[in-house]
Amino acid sequence: MAIDIDVARRLGDRSIAARFTAGPGLTALFGPSGAGKTSILNMVAGLLRPDRGHIRIGDRTLFDGAIDLPPEARRVGYVFQDGRLFPHRRVRANLTYGHDIVPSANRWMTLDEAVQFLGIGHLLDRWPHSLSGGEAQRVAIGRALLAGPEILLMDEPLSSLDTARRSDIMVVIERIRDELKLPILYVSHDRAEIDRLATSVVEIGE
Amino acid sequence: MLSAEEWGIVALSLKVGGVAVLATLPIAFALAWVLARHRFPGRVVLDALVHLPLVLPPVVTGWLLLIAFGPFGPAGRWLESWFGVSLMFRWTGAAVAAAIMALPLMVRAMRLSIEGIDRRLEGAARTLGASPWHSFWTISLPLALPGILAALVLGFARSIGEFGATITFVSNIPGETRTLPLAIYSALQVPGGEAMVTRLALLSVALSLGALILSEWLVRRTHGERQRHGD
Repeated sequence: MAIDIDVARRLGDRSIAARFTAGPGLTALFGPSGAGKTSILNMVAGLLRPDRGHIRIGDRTLFDGAIDLPPEARRVGYVFQDGRLFPHRRVRANLTYGHDIVPSANRWMTLDEAVQFLGIGHLLDRWPHSLSGGEAQRVAIGRALLAGPEILLMDEPLSSLDTARRSDIMVVIERIRDELKLPILYVSHDRAEIDRLATSVVEIGE
Repeated sequence: MLSAEEWGIVALSLKVGGVAVLATLPIAFALAWVLARHRFPGRVVLDALVHLPLVLPPVVTGWLLLIAFGPFGPAGRWLESWFGVSLMFRWTGAAVAAAIMALPLMVRAMRLSIEGIDRRLEGAARTLGASPWHSFWTISLPLALPGILAALVLGFARSIGEFGATITFVSNIPGETRTLPLAIYSALQVPGGEAMVTRLALLSVALSLGALILSEWLVRRTHGERQRHGD
């Protein structure tokens, strides 16, 4: 499934622009801090409106001049840099949040499968507050997968983790890429991370 | 310990305070939300209006209510012609006075907790399939809950303590508008009323303390449940 992105947006005195297509596998958006990589993900997710351009996934148009689907209609999963778990819901209720809302035809993973895939069975009754960085990131990934996305956005998901946890989560990301075959747009400024994970690389901000 | 008359005063105060706070809650929440989240022309004016009862002498607030809800006032005439009711010298009028006085405190408490919500959590909810409304009910509102509870208790405590606006607007009628503070004031005017004053004053202290302790407990319960399970 091809992801076709051509967006531009002015934020204050910064101009953010990107134009690329991404195929299956993990497409890394690589570039210096402040180049607007996160803004591009936000535009794909529907959290930031481009000034112009288009965003298409396969034959679905998420955004162009006339169409602007709200985030909840895009089927774009998003794993944020800081996890962004809901603090007032236990892990189980975080995981099922999207799963319970989306039409059942859109789901492609059950709670049990996600829990097993990520190895988070022992965390289900915990509060997000009590999780380590790596645990929280696993839950955030599970929460996104369970909402049945067609593509996954990941915004520096390893940046808050120590070395040991980083390689744990990298294994998880590789399995999402290879076993679940979910296309991933992946933002990072870490060359080593990208060398290991990326199927293709898009340079942002020259 | 308390006479039937005194129990009546307590019951009336609780009724006035309870109705005032519950009826005000949705309005106060909407105001708090708008003031916390939206920028629009006239926002400063709205903010000032909401806070006015906090700084205005209560007698003036009562007098303004008297003008608005009196038989020839705009609100009074409207109520009379549409519903055939008048708030004048009725306990409902006392509830309106209490509500107006409690409003700024309630808006402030809720506004603080709405401003404290991490809006990025709402964005996260949207990417998971939640409509703006669903995200409001499942994310924003629960996260604002401590502020809502604090507003309820603060507003209630303020309501049952209301004196100036109430006595100006709906007078001091036994069994109808004579709430605790008004009863204490009346008893002070009567020779030999000291015993009743003491009992009612102690009761006021107990009610206010109870409200504060309840609010602390509620806030701790909603906050703390997430923290206690740490590690």
